[in-house]
Amino acid sequence: MNEKVMRNHRKRQTIIFSIIIIVLTYLSSDITNFNIIHGIATLPEAVKWIFSNLFINGETLERLPKILEKLAETILMSIAATTTATVVSIFLGIMGSKTTGTSTALGMFARFVASIARNIPVVAWALILLLSFGQNSVTGYLALFVGSVGFLTRAFIESIDEASLSAVEALRATGATYFQIVYKAVIPQCLPQMISWILFMIETNIRSATLVGILTGTGIGYSFDLYYKTLNYNAVALVTFSIVLSVIVIELISNHIRKVIL
Amino acid sequence: MSLVKVEKLGKSYNSQTKVLKDISFEVGSGEFVSIIGPSGAGKSTLLRCINRMVEIDEGKVIFDDLDVGSLNKKELRKMRTNIGMIFQHYNLVPRLSVIENVLHGRLGYKTTLQGVFNKFTEAEKEHAFFLLKKLGIEDHAYKRCDQLSGGQQQRVGIARSLIQEPKIVLCDEPIASLDPNASKVIMDYLKSITMELNITCIVNLHQVEIARNYSDRIIGLSKGGIVFDGPSYRLATDNTDEIYGTKTVETRKLVTV
Amino acid sequence: MEATATYIKRKSNGQITIKSGNKVERVIRWTLILLTLLTVVAFMFFNYAGLDLAKAIPETAYNLKTMFLEPGLSHFSWGEAIYQVGITLGLAFLATILGAVIAFFLALMAATNLSNRWVSKTIRVVVAFIRAVPTVLWVLIFAISAGLGSEAAVLGMLFHSIAYLVKAFSEAFEEVDKGILEALRSTGASWWHIVTHAILPSTFTYLLSWTFLRFEINFSVAVAMGAAAGAGGIGFELFMASGFYFDLREVGLITYMILLLAIILEIISTRLKSRYFPATSTN
Repeated sequence: MNEKVMRNHRKRQTIIFSIIIIVLTYLSSDITNFNIIHGIATLPEAVKWIFSNLFINGETLERLPKILEKLAETILMSIAATTTATVVSIFLGIMGSKTTGTSTALGMFARFVASIARNIPVVAWALILLLSFGQNSVTGYLALFVGSVGFLTRAFIESIDEASLSAVEALRATGATYFQIVYKAVIPQCLPQMISWILFMIETNIRSATLVGILTGTGIGYSFDLYYKTLNYNAVALVTFSIVLSVIVIELISNHIRKVIL
Repeated sequence: MSLVKVEKLGKSYNSQTKVLKDISFEVGSGEFVSIIGPSGAGKSTLLRCINRMVEIDEGKVIFDDLDVGSLNKKELRKMRTNIGMIFQHYNLVPRLSVIENVLHGRLGYKTTLQGVFNKFTEAEKEHAFFLLKKLGIEDHAYKRCDQLSGGQQQRVGIARSLIQEPKIVLCDEPIASLDPNASKVIMDYLKSITMELNITCIVNLHQVEIARNYSDRIIGLSKGGIVFDGPSYRLATDNTDEIYGTKTVETRKLVTV
Repeated sequence: MEATATYIKRKSNGQITIKSGNKVERVIRWTLILLTLLTVVAFMFFNYAGLDLAKAIPETAYNLKTMFLEPGLSHFSWGEAIYQVGITLGLAFLATILGAVIAFFLALMAATNLSNRWVSKTIRVVVAFIRAVPTVLWVLIFAISAGLGSEAAVLGMLFHSIAYLVKAFSEAFEEVDKGILEALRSTGASWWHIVTHAILPSTFTYLLSWTFLRFEINFSVAVAMGAAAGAGGIGFELFMASGFYFDLREVGLITYMILLLAIILEIISTRLKSRYFPATSTN
């Protein structure tokens, strides 16, 4: 009896849930003018187009040095944004974590800053900064930097919260100062986790840097945009492949580092 | 001359229950005292009131002629360098080497920057090795702490407290997570080293037998109050019954009524 | 003290080493050194064209002040603004829900306990490739190959959603208790029976929360696609307001709207996370 009621209840829940999803899907398609049939129908054509247009030929390879230079610029920018954001985030993370925080007001402040920085999308930051910084690497760098501070601070707060408090207690009992405790008992415990997040952030930033580059006219994003707008699809293919290759290589390196340190 | 003097100490974490009430005792220089009692009797809190790891609510703790409760931050740090502490779960930093963990005991003597940049003198490092040798684990000095057994980790904990050159060592259930063999090793080291260096030692224990075997004096704690305080040989079954609230106490009370 | 000398390691300058010097420590140290060096190199090679910090910083401060303290709309109405937000949410929702359905089947094939080794490996490699292409490139590529419109945006975002969810879903499937699968197999249940009776019930809440997490990500991706790939929605309005009309007050208001939604989504997903993933498995 009871089981039957429960099963009916569950059935009803499933039905309601499905209806909600279907209604939302319908509304979304309606508002965005998305036609799933049309979407699926164009897919084979799109794939055909990709294979017949997006390939690399000898002529585009001449552009390789220039593309690689732009790619290097983008990668370096992503790394610089991540590392400098790390420095800020460590302080904000220490302020914001329950384990190491010294006052609730400072903790709230750190969490607030991180939340704003993270929840305003990187594109928005890029557009805002573009107004006064102009089209150069610094604009992209700053946009990525702000986004990274937001994300890393949250990640660091979580890592620090997870660190065991026992060593903190022991160091406190020896008469160590606050910074000694943080540096000797807390950081060593979270360092591998933090590095893992930093590597993750670099990977993410390289992808975002392409996007930001399209807006700010720098790096590999600019190259892509340029060839895309001049309909030079072979060069577009080369740019895409160079990004894919570098992202995969960086991912492999980070995974290797993670495997050793975690 | 007494090193630690506890006067009418009281402590409560919330308004309903008092963890410690009206505790008074004195511990002299070089004494080896065990505090026994069931879990929840307030042993840990009592121990932590001595180096003010928990704030003192009522009464006073005098350590080495200092009123512990009234010290400011800096004075408190300075006082803590004179008090070693050993924990049930060793409380080491798992990813650091044994020798680094031992040297953490010197942080109280350093400025913030000296500590952060690992500015330990050669004499301090040699002292650390000397202590590790004394505790029989110098061959593990460069291992990471999480690679050691529980007994070995506790010996690192002891070395960390001894390198502080403390006047007293507070041990909070040092053997509660160890097997009997390792427990014996740890208690032997504690006893012999504190005796040799004339360091006062206060140990929280819940094994009465061990307390009787190793300590000069036993303090029995029950429900936040002292129910026994005297030389270990004077501790009788009646006392342990009262400390641990075993049935016999009530039956005896019934008889006396 | 001399007797201890055998175990003491010394540096070249005669000082006693205190680090354990194992592989983990070395890798951590070199990673940090390398990243620092690359950062220095990055700042040296930056393209500083047209940058005037002395002007840019106070100007940005002024802009931020105008944006956030005097937000307002001038080129379109509130109704229009909400409609545009609706488009962005719609794009994000479609990409997420379609992605979740497709990812579910692919994840079944990618989970090592449900599939054969080669199929699983192939899917993983393909997924890694898809993830390596930035979403904006997918959207732009589809925009020319499939014709402009929301289809391109949804398809482009779909690719990354699938890649992300396949990884998450297949890991959830792999954590299903081996015993349950074995028990069902021994009763002669078919592969689909196992999926519907063992895998789906025991992982459903995980799948749902992962899908929601992806929706949160897709919202900001949809904003980005609007701005950088002309996919429409509030992102496009942001791009127009800042790059075309230079209307700071409108930029401010749009940013506030995006921020508000993003924070709401984040709060929900944090709740879900702490409820269904008590042992944080964020990576």
